[in-house]
Amino acid sequence: MKEKAFKRMKDLPSAHLLGTGTPMCAGCGGLEALHEIYDVLGEKTVFVNAAGCMTLLSVYPFTPFRGSWLYTAMASAPAGAQGVRDALDILLEKKGITCEEDLGVVVLTGDGAAYGMGLSATSGTIERDLDFLYICYDNEGYGNTGQQYSGATPHAARTATSKGSRGFAGYKKDLFSIWAAHKPAYVATVIGAEPLDLARKIEKAKSLKGPRLVIALAPCPTGWDYEPRDSAEIGKLAIKTGVWPLKEYIHGKVVHTKVPHPRLPVERYLARQGRFSHLFSPRRNEALLSEIQTRVDNYWKEVSRHPNPPS
Amino acid sequence: MKRALLTGNSAAAWGARLANVDYVPAFPITPQTEIIETIADWVDTGEMKGRMVTLESEHSMITAAGAAAATGVRVFSATSSQGLLYAMEMIYTVAGWRAPFVLVNVSRGLSAPITLESDHNDIMAARDSGFLQLHCSTCQEVLDSILMAYRLAEDERVRLPVIVNLDGFYLSFTREPVQIPDVDVVSCFLPPFDPENIRFRASAPASQAVAVLGGSPYSYFRYETHLAALNGITVYDEVARDFAHEFGRYHDAVEAYRSDNADVVFVMLGSFSTKAKEAVDRLREAGSTVGLIRPRLLRPFPAEQMRQLLAGKQGVAVIDQNISMGKGGVLHAELASVLYGQPKAPPILASFVGGLGGRDISVEELFEIAATTRNAIAERRTPAPRLLYTKGELREMRKLQAIAHVERVELEPRQ
Repeated sequence: MKEKAFKRMKDLPSAHLLGTGTPMCAGCGGLEALHEIYDVLGEKTVFVNAAGCMTLLSVYPFTPFRGSWLYTAMASAPAGAQGVRDALDILLEKKGITCEEDLGVVVLTGDGAAYGMGLSATSGTIERDLDFLYICYDNEGYGNTGQQYSGATPHAARTATSKGSRGFAGYKKDLFSIWAAHKPAYVATVIGAEPLDLARKIEKAKSLKGPRLVIALAPCPTGWDYEPRDSAEIGKLAIKTGVWPLKEYIHGKVVHTKVPHPRLPVERYLARQGRFSHLFSPRRNEALLSEIQTRVDNYWKEVSRHPNPPS
Repeated sequence: MKRALLTGNSAAAWGARLANVDYVPAFPITPQTEIIETIADWVDTGEMKGRMVTLESEHSMITAAGAAAATGVRVFSATSSQGLLYAMEMIYTVAGWRAPFVLVNVSRGLSAPITLESDHNDIMAARDSGFLQLHCSTCQEVLDSILMAYRLAEDERVRLPVIVNLDGFYLSFTREPVQIPDVDVVSCFLPPFDPENIRFRASAPASQAVAVLGGSPYSYFRYETHLAALNGITVYDEVARDFAHEFGRYHDAVEAYRSDNADVVFVMLGSFSTKAKEAVDRLREAGSTVGLIRPRLLRPFPAEQMRQLLAGKQGVAVIDQNISMGKGGVLHAELASVLYGQPKAPPILASFVGGLGGRDISVEELFEIAATTRNAIAERRTPAPRLLYTKGELREMRKLQAIAHVERVELEPRQ
């Protein structure tokens, strides 16, 4: 398959495949990313879903997908992809179906499944070199149950299970590196607020064979506590402040696809979200704010020292 | 057709091979492992055409099995005990997908305490899942049941996965003479899988296993699955007749052994029934008219056939190789629910639990069970459930505990 060139915004697909009227929240950053991803992937896909917000996209007897869908369980969507892909390959081999009937197999899970319960199934599926695409919409918490902290929750964020004055005590797990350590065909981070970068990466993933995994940071009005209209802006700030580095792993190297310059202070991102409001009022928590800033600074310092670290 | 000495595991692998399965998602667990090792060898040498893949857990294995069946290929898998329980979320889930495939379970007791040896608590945990269940008592039955199970699973009136159960060690590692049918005869009995609308194709987008909102659509799909499982009774009978026609072996949904004129009947599952048949013969030689009833089909439960077979009996002794903590034998409760209030229901329905974790059920114990049931008939009162355990066994346990205790005391440094 040849890569389509997405040079400018006007190169992005103008026909939109995902139907409207889904039960996702207004301003859902995950749905925004999925819209953009689906337009590039096309309808010859079967989505294999794990328990999460997006499970509610297909509710009997309606679906916004023009292609196919299989809901599995929280922990084993990659294993579902294994079964579907293997079965399609067997049918192709036996000439039970023609090439035109083949489908791209796409795992769709939230961060709860991707960072935690489903990690073992993902690891196994990468190690078996399955030809599939994994899309994780990462809203940094168990969003569908009311935003309890998950392995993807950032340090200090207030969640339904970390309501204290310091927020979440843990640190966001580096799933990109965990995935990349398996040496799959492709790993990337994307965000709906950067549609051109996203389209290029999905197109690239589409052109490759083997395990391809993409994490989309998914700004979440209900979970992160902000107005739905601010989703795109907060997404852009995640990039401009360097909190969410846009990068890809390919041919054994990590490449940053958008280095924020000049990089805005993380406060600009944090202050827009209710989940970090305890860092600013009743008084500023300088220690925590500076800890978060230092971590982001150190990340980018490392990037400038080693722009293409082998993973 | 050829005859060979096969273990139950080997017979299971032959079943999968003869069924011409396309796909075998696998994961090793004792005492099942020999099945997937055998299949792996055949796939390597090209003797078997299917594709085998080892997943990283049974949970993933059953997910892959269901997903492949939902894409329209013939799938086989096998597990045991903890593996079946680890997969349990998906056991329920893929049955709800109405994805037809065959899973062999080699029964083994459940942790804790962890053990390798056989009982039926693992398979009973899958009882309410939507998987149909066939229980085997011989290695021949294992092979035959797998072929029958595909017909049952794939029938358009059923479309449900089926578990074929065999007892760990007692069958899995015991060699018995088994007739291995010819491939062409098998393909007459079992044509290739026609998935009809259960599939994923680019030209025919489908959403499978979608969410529902509210109890009404949920109940609709749950009842549909239940009714499909019940259809399995009729379908099983047709399949068993076809099988007998093709291979000359008739495997009734319920095996009745010398029960016609019996006044006392043993009811039990699996391989220990072969021992109970010996007990029946010896009791009859001693003038006691005892018989044996063994359901091969546990789901759907052959309720009407059980009622008919047990009608007019004086006493029934249900021997459960499982234990529902705080209640007792599962098969006993199942039987009570189909007999209670029915005309000519046996007045005595006694419960015995035994054979847990590989413990033997001796012929002498079966004599005792028959005697206890006869006493109950005379006293016209069903006795309290009995847990089979001898004084000798208890004495041995106490002895072990005492030795361990003494050793610890002796080995402790003196103060």
